[in-house]
Amino acid sequence: MTPLLKLTGITKTYPAVVANDGIDLAVLPGQIHAVLGENGAGKSTLMKIIYGVTEPDAGEVEWQGESVSIRSPAHARALGIGMVFQHFSLFETLTVAENIALAVPGRIVDLSRRIQDAAERYGLDVRPDARVQALSVGERQRVEILRCILQDPKLIIMDEPTSVLPPHSVAQLFDTLRALAGEGYGILFISHKLDEIQALCDSATVLRHGKVNGRTDPRTETPQSLARMMIGRDLPHANHATDISTGEERLGVFGLYHTPDDPFAAPLTGVSLTVRSGEIVGIAGVSGNGQDALARMLSGETVLPALQADCIQLDAEPVGHLGPANRRRRGLHFIPEERLGRGAVPAHALSENALLTGYDAGLAHGGFLDFGAMRRFAARTIEQFDVRCGGPGSAAQSLSGGNLQKFIVGREIELEPRVLFVSQPTWGVDVGAAAAIRQKLVDLRDQGVAVLVISEDLEELFEIADRLHVLFRGRLSLPVRATQTDVERVGLAMAGDFGQLERSHEPTTTPTEPDPSNEARLHG
Amino acid sequence: MVRLEPRTEKSVAAPFVVTALAIALTLVAGSVLFLIYGKSPIAGFKAFFIEPLQSSYGIGEVLLKMGPLLLIAQGLAIGFRARIWNIGAEGQLILGAIAASMLAIQFDGSASPYLLPGMVLAAAAAGMAWAGIAAWLRTQFNANEILVTFMLSSVALQLLYYLVTGPLKDPMGFNFPQSITFSPAATFPILIENTRVNASLILAFIATLLAFVFMQRSLPGYKLIVGGLAPHAARYAGFSDKKAVWIALLIGGGAAGVAGAGEVAGPLGMLQRNISPGYGYAAIIVAFLGGLHPIGIVFSSALMALIYVGGDFARLSVGLPGAVTTIFQGLLLTFYLACAFLLNYRIRTTRPAPAAVSSSAEATP
Amino acid sequence: MTETIVFIIAGTLAATVPLLFAAIGELVAEKSGMLNLGVEGMMATGAAAGFVAVTLTGSHAAGFATGAGAGALLSLVYAVLTTLFLANQVAAGLAIGILGLGVSAAIGKRYEGTTVDALPKLDFGPLSDLPLIGRAFFDHDIMVYAVIAAAIATGIVLTKTRLGLVIRAVGESPHSAHALGYPVIAIRAACVLFGGAMAGIGGAYLSTAYTPLWAEGMVAGRGWIVVALIVFGSWMIGRIAFGAYLFGAVSLLELSIQGLGVNVPSQLLSASPYLITIIVLAVISRNPALIRLNSPMSLGESFRASR
Repeated sequence: MTPLLKLTGITKTYPAVVANDGIDLAVLPGQIHAVLGENGAGKSTLMKIIYGVTEPDAGEVEWQGESVSIRSPAHARALGIGMVFQHFSLFETLTVAENIALAVPGRIVDLSRRIQDAAERYGLDVRPDARVQALSVGERQRVEILRCILQDPKLIIMDEPTSVLPPHSVAQLFDTLRALAGEGYGILFISHKLDEIQALCDSATVLRHGKVNGRTDPRTETPQSLARMMIGRDLPHANHATDISTGEERLGVFGLYHTPDDPFAAPLTGVSLTVRSGEIVGIAGVSGNGQDALARMLSGETVLPALQADCIQLDAEPVGHLGPANRRRRGLHFIPEERLGRGAVPAHALSENALLTGYDAGLAHGGFLDFGAMRRFAARTIEQFDVRCGGPGSAAQSLSGGNLQKFIVGREIELEPRVLFVSQPTWGVDVGAAAAIRQKLVDLRDQGVAVLVISEDLEELFEIADRLHVLFRGRLSLPVRATQTDVERVGLAMAGDFGQLERSHEPTTTPTEPDPSNEARLHG
Repeated sequence: MVRLEPRTEKSVAAPFVVTALAIALTLVAGSVLFLIYGKSPIAGFKAFFIEPLQSSYGIGEVLLKMGPLLLIAQGLAIGFRARIWNIGAEGQLILGAIAASMLAIQFDGSASPYLLPGMVLAAAAAGMAWAGIAAWLRTQFNANEILVTFMLSSVALQLLYYLVTGPLKDPMGFNFPQSITFSPAATFPILIENTRVNASLILAFIATLLAFVFMQRSLPGYKLIVGGLAPHAARYAGFSDKKAVWIALLIGGGAAGVAGAGEVAGPLGMLQRNISPGYGYAAIIVAFLGGLHPIGIVFSSALMALIYVGGDFARLSVGLPGAVTTIFQGLLLTFYLACAFLLNYRIRTTRPAPAAVSSSAEATP
Repeated sequence: MTETIVFIIAGTLAATVPLLFAAIGELVAEKSGMLNLGVEGMMATGAAAGFVAVTLTGSHAAGFATGAGAGALLSLVYAVLTTLFLANQVAAGLAIGILGLGVSAAIGKRYEGTTVDALPKLDFGPLSDLPLIGRAFFDHDIMVYAVIAAAIATGIVLTKTRLGLVIRAVGESPHSAHALGYPVIAIRAACVLFGGAMAGIGGAYLSTAYTPLWAEGMVAGRGWIVVALIVFGSWMIGRIAFGAYLFGAVSLLELSIQGLGVNVPSQLLSASPYLITIIVLAVISRNPALIRLNSPMSLGESFRASR
């Protein structure tokens, strides 16, 4: 059978790195082919080349047996290559049908019928006249897939499609993909999740450092053997002290309600949790279930009215009405998921970025900046946290994601937090830096700091957290010991079914119930 | 092959190159303009840029016009770096002029040494109050400060017209729309003999020093800059955006107000209908052309003052219309914005390669 | 009293023409994500160029065409600055605003204070002869009706057609539109040029029909009111048109009050459009959810395709 797509010797060099180095790859019709590799292995660059976003420096691309040079995404689509993006490229203010119409010719009325037909056929349930803003992440992905299918592609590229889905939606997605493959579509499935690739794909190309490090049928491999192919060693694990903390309560949240300004964001309804000295509490859940609002409420970026100040307490004192600076003075440090533009000022040097949260810690005196102290602080952070960069004078935007995250984590740790609150600590960070960051969080816990982590990565949470909550549509589950539950139960909870999970909840670890009078006031 | 690459580090030389390039391009475009008017570019440039500097009168006039431009632009640049767009300095200048004049008229004949400082303070307060309206509307009602400051300028002009034809009109002035002439204690002393350069220029340089310390060395200045560069980072750090709006607008309004006092208590010596040839708008250009940097603004304000004076010279000696001055101003800002591209991107020449257009930002997915 | 009402209605319809033409153009530009604050300069340039064209050719059609061309040419400077040189949109708008005022003064210098024949009024036959209604609604030049047609057409294009869908998509997320293969820069530039042309037509109407004479500074802040109108109308053409007619009426009220001999300082009346703008702006803007829902999400942001 002629391969749909055949790549031979694809090479792409950027000023700093060789992103792709002599890559060969072939996808057959009806095949679900995995491209496996850790962050930075060259998967994204390869996809950009196939989709016409970037041109290779060398190598040949053959499409259905003929040599082609794919000049643009439009050209790729004309050939029959469709792409479902990892971060959706949908227009929030437009309807599903309008979004699809932007990519598919024809009248919107006719299109709606085609959308419904395709939706039924592949189990992609979604209403054509719904606005994307109001859709869940899973529904948005279905729109992306529909948009792709309705362009009549022969090959569909799925870029990390499961990273945004709760476990039960993953199964549904896989059914859809199998149905598509059954009709002769070729599917290129980009992922670094080994179990998924084993469950879904019938062939795999493993990338490492921009080169092909192996070709295999993943169904015949073990997760360990795939992992070794992908990262050259077994998956790293953080060292975890085993004793369960009985330290004093540092951070407490009691019956927190909040409706964000954004009319489509999930409102928080009665969120309660506590974090004690010497423990890591994890909050699992798919993004978009209120994580952003919760992070802003706890960090102080959004403040509560003074009347509700005691909904959030640090060391048993109400802080809900205080802004980020005042909470930081009381020992609560926050690391946001967006590094460039929120955790750091992109155009500023690292020494200036040290000042962002460190201005109270001796980097400024009497309202005037101490440039020497800023430089020394940044240099110390760079050294202690192994940040690869040119030095304290390097602009934040010149660092890779992993190194910038190490700097930001380092900066907050250097500032000696009593409570450290981290959102998505290892998003888009390479495996090495991710392991280092997790280890730092565990070390901090062992030193008696109270650590709260929001993460989409269940593996990560099971690795470092002592207790787990799940956040779903603004509701937070009761906490459970990480050792007394499993991925399945947490997965169910991420889809809204808290029952199985909360069964292993131990009342002794219950956060203090909100004062009933307080509750009444909030609702009244 | 030529390609553009985003800069990862700030360049020291780029700001100078950018400004020089903008001026050079303006001169080229200016030559075309002179030719359209049937004038020799050489004669035109001589009238515009050389003749004013050949006489002490000309130099004096340049320094005289540099004062308000420098003062206002320093104030505006602080706001612009925080991305708070006060484009109503003209109105804030008018309010400052009115407040200073009211004191001068109220205490006419007084020889008190406190009168002039009092006028300056009143002018600063009035300018701040006028800009403060925009700050209040922005922080309380989220009203766009660009539109509000502009509209307030138009209102200020009408207020001025009302006052000089009514309450503040000189009763002995044959019904001319102007106030009485201020007494010596209510005017700035002359700095340089035989020119109109007065002590208000010193205020502009003091403002420059303060702006430098504030923006380059102080924590509040740093907070403003962070707010402009990365608003989410400012919120994360806990820097109040409302405070930033207030600080930026009050500083800009205060500086413009003082500039207004400098006009009525300086070359004009009275309140009248025309108190500014658009200093408040020209200062916007001055601020950008100076790279929003306190030192850069010293040079750009001198250049803009030269264009003002040169425009007058060119009208008289070569017969170029006054509109040429405005066109020059517009061209300067236009070319500056085009060239400012080089602050963030650098041009790299490379050997031809199949993938010549790419950016390093993509290298780390 | 009825006389005054007829005068106000007829006058409002005419006074609104320049505002609404420019507002239609600015709306389309903003819908694509381009905040062009240089409307004042584009209107002034259109007014001067249109006036000169009518003086030289005697043709109003030539005047509007020249005005549109001049406005578009100036907006091209803005488009180049913001799309190719990635200049800050606020600063670029101010730059062409100043440039436009200078250019218009230079173009019009020789014609300062001269007049041209006003645009002739349409004859609706018996309709024009109706008492009161005839003079209020059917005693106008063609542009009074053309601007209404233009507003309706723009509304339909923006909400009901594929072209409008693409413009809105670019205005929401230029990066996503680029990923789908749409030429974002060309679309944004085209929207800006349309905005410039419409502002130029609005300016030309001022100088060749509304007050058929050229005087430097005759646009008198209308360009800024147009920018404010877009916010008032929450980027919806119907509301913008409503706001434009309201402002047309305010400027007429000013004349009427003076005509009625009410004792108010003339300066207060002159300042009233600006004061009203500020107040309405504050009232409309105080609801952040409304602004967030309706304003184009990428408004004011520059776009650079990454490769």
